[in-house]
Amino acid sequence: MKHPIKKPLQKNVWTLKSLLALLLMTVLISLFACKSRYGSSTGNQESTSGQQQAIQNKGSDTLVNVALAWAEAYHEIEPDVSIAVTGGGSGTGIAALINNTVDIANASRAMKEDEIKDAQANGINPVEHVVAIDALAIIVNLENPVDQLTITQLSDMYTGRITNWKDVGGKDAPIILLSRETNSGTHVYFLEEVVREGDSENTDIFAPQTLLMPSSVGITSEVRRNPNAIGYDGLGYVDAEHEKIIAIAADDESEFIMPTVQSASEGTYPLARDLYMYTAGEPSGAVADYLNWILGPDGQGIVASLGFVPLTEN
Amino acid sequence: MGVGISQSDLQSPNITDGKGASRSWSERIIENLIRLCGISAILIITLIFVFLIKEGIGAFKTLSIWEFLGSRWYPIEGLYGIMPLLVGSVLVTAVAIVIAVPLGLATAVYLGEIAPTWLREILKPLIEVLAGIPSIVLGFFGWLVVAPIIQSLGAPSGLTAFTGALILAYMTLPTIISITEDALYAVPKEYRDGSLAIGATQWQTIWRVVIPAARSGIVIAVMLGIGRAIGETMLVLLVTGNAANIPELGLGMLFQPVRTMTATIAAEMGEVAQGSLHYSVLFAIGIILFLITGVINLLATRFVGGTKRRSGGQL
Repeated sequence: MKHPIKKPLQKNVWTLKSLLALLLMTVLISLFACKSRYGSSTGNQESTSGQQQAIQNKGSDTLVNVALAWAEAYHEIEPDVSIAVTGGGSGTGIAALINNTVDIANASRAMKEDEIKDAQANGINPVEHVVAIDALAIIVNLENPVDQLTITQLSDMYTGRITNWKDVGGKDAPIILLSRETNSGTHVYFLEEVVREGDSENTDIFAPQTLLMPSSVGITSEVRRNPNAIGYDGLGYVDAEHEKIIAIAADDESEFIMPTVQSASEGTYPLARDLYMYTAGEPSGAVADYLNWILGPDGQGIVASLGFVPLTEN
Repeated sequence: MGVGISQSDLQSPNITDGKGASRSWSERIIENLIRLCGISAILIITLIFVFLIKEGIGAFKTLSIWEFLGSRWYPIEGLYGIMPLLVGSVLVTAVAIVIAVPLGLATAVYLGEIAPTWLREILKPLIEVLAGIPSIVLGFFGWLVVAPIIQSLGAPSGLTAFTGALILAYMTLPTIISITEDALYAVPKEYRDGSLAIGATQWQTIWRVVIPAARSGIVIAVMLGIGRAIGETMLVLLVTGNAANIPELGLGMLFQPVRTMTATIAAEMGEVAQGSLHYSVLFAIGIILFLITGVINLLATRFVGGTKRRSGGQL
């Protein structure tokens, strides 16, 4: 005879099983149906006008504030184009260009030979565009009596040959060296032009006790509160009210020059450098329009307003 | 009149398995689902390890072991010596544990054995809150508040191994406290009663009876604390100064900047081109971290097993 318990049990089991099956199906469908919102960013260049276009812009932390200002100003003029700006350092931007995940890579240093080779091996032909000029300021704490240094003295300090401030005209105190991380274009520029004094045969590197700060602001903050610290940052990141800027001489015979917009664009300041944007091949479409706008008076006006040096008319 | 309810009546359609016993197939589905979940944990760990090996082993095609264990880390010039990074991680973790274990043990003992109930009710949630603070917030706090204090104490810069260890200690405290507390709680009341009965004071009971009895649980707490500390990334990235330098031996060692393995991976992973030597070396560092935590956990379980055997099956 049929037992009354059997039926309710059956119904429960079926409900449980169908629920499980439904859950499994939902999970599987959502996994396979999700598409990335951006897909591949490169290849946007040929879209017809009137459609939303996205430009991926990544790289130098030195350039990131300027790049953001450019992106916002450009979006007001061309609302169809939205530009996504990320920092991460010149190394990060260039690596992304090699991996073909960005349209424009920002860099505060030139691409190296092996980076260009890696890009070409990946089918990318990097094209360099100079978009602004930056003066690299050497900063110390406001209490530090030192006012001027030669590049040779800086090199000796940053390689650890000189370890006390009294050897360069300061107090009897240890020198605390601050630097950016190795992914920073500014770091590489400093290595080549200051630590190695611009000599490509020189193989000196930073002293191992150099503190590597994760950002430009990290350097200025530590300089502000540590009386024995010395660091470097782009002119746009330095505030003369809180950090003391040092005048630099290229060598013992030259004059000591302070970094200003004028001394950088005239070329008298020894640590003025070009800031670059790299594209994969010659730019076209929205990317080309954007780059032309950057090089024009509007773009360069923004450069000046942020403390960098606009390109001179040529 | 058989009103007997047979097995088969109570079950849904029968399937017999190889052993000949009847089992409902809904049960088998659930059993297998649970078995899958259990296996997936092992599977995921194995897959992670395989992935790390696959991406990291390429480093050793170019680098010799001696270069890898060298004392200079400067990847953009081809110097891949991880010794400063290893020393940095070990130094910061060791000092953090030396600070956290006595503090954590004392707190757990106080909470478990001495504190009045109303105080326990206040302190326990507060410790949980400490556990919930994101490590980057602690790192920011360390950078903003603790580093200037360390500097004012005479260190050349506030960003030192000691600063990192101090904040790391506070981050691992909740882990150590909760597990130690559980271990102390698991000690049977009879131990305490017996000790007090033979005339020991409360402190003698705690120090000589309860804590030794909870020994293996405390060791597990310390091991887990070590595992957490050595894997911590954002905190040490912000406060240790990131200088890839092996500090000279001596007391001043603690007040020099260091660079940990975890901070190195975090700071440099973004800039490496996939497949490059730097990329592989970073994965090799990941393998080392994985092995260190694996060995620590293995030692912990060994210790527990050993103690169980020695005390005849009772903790």
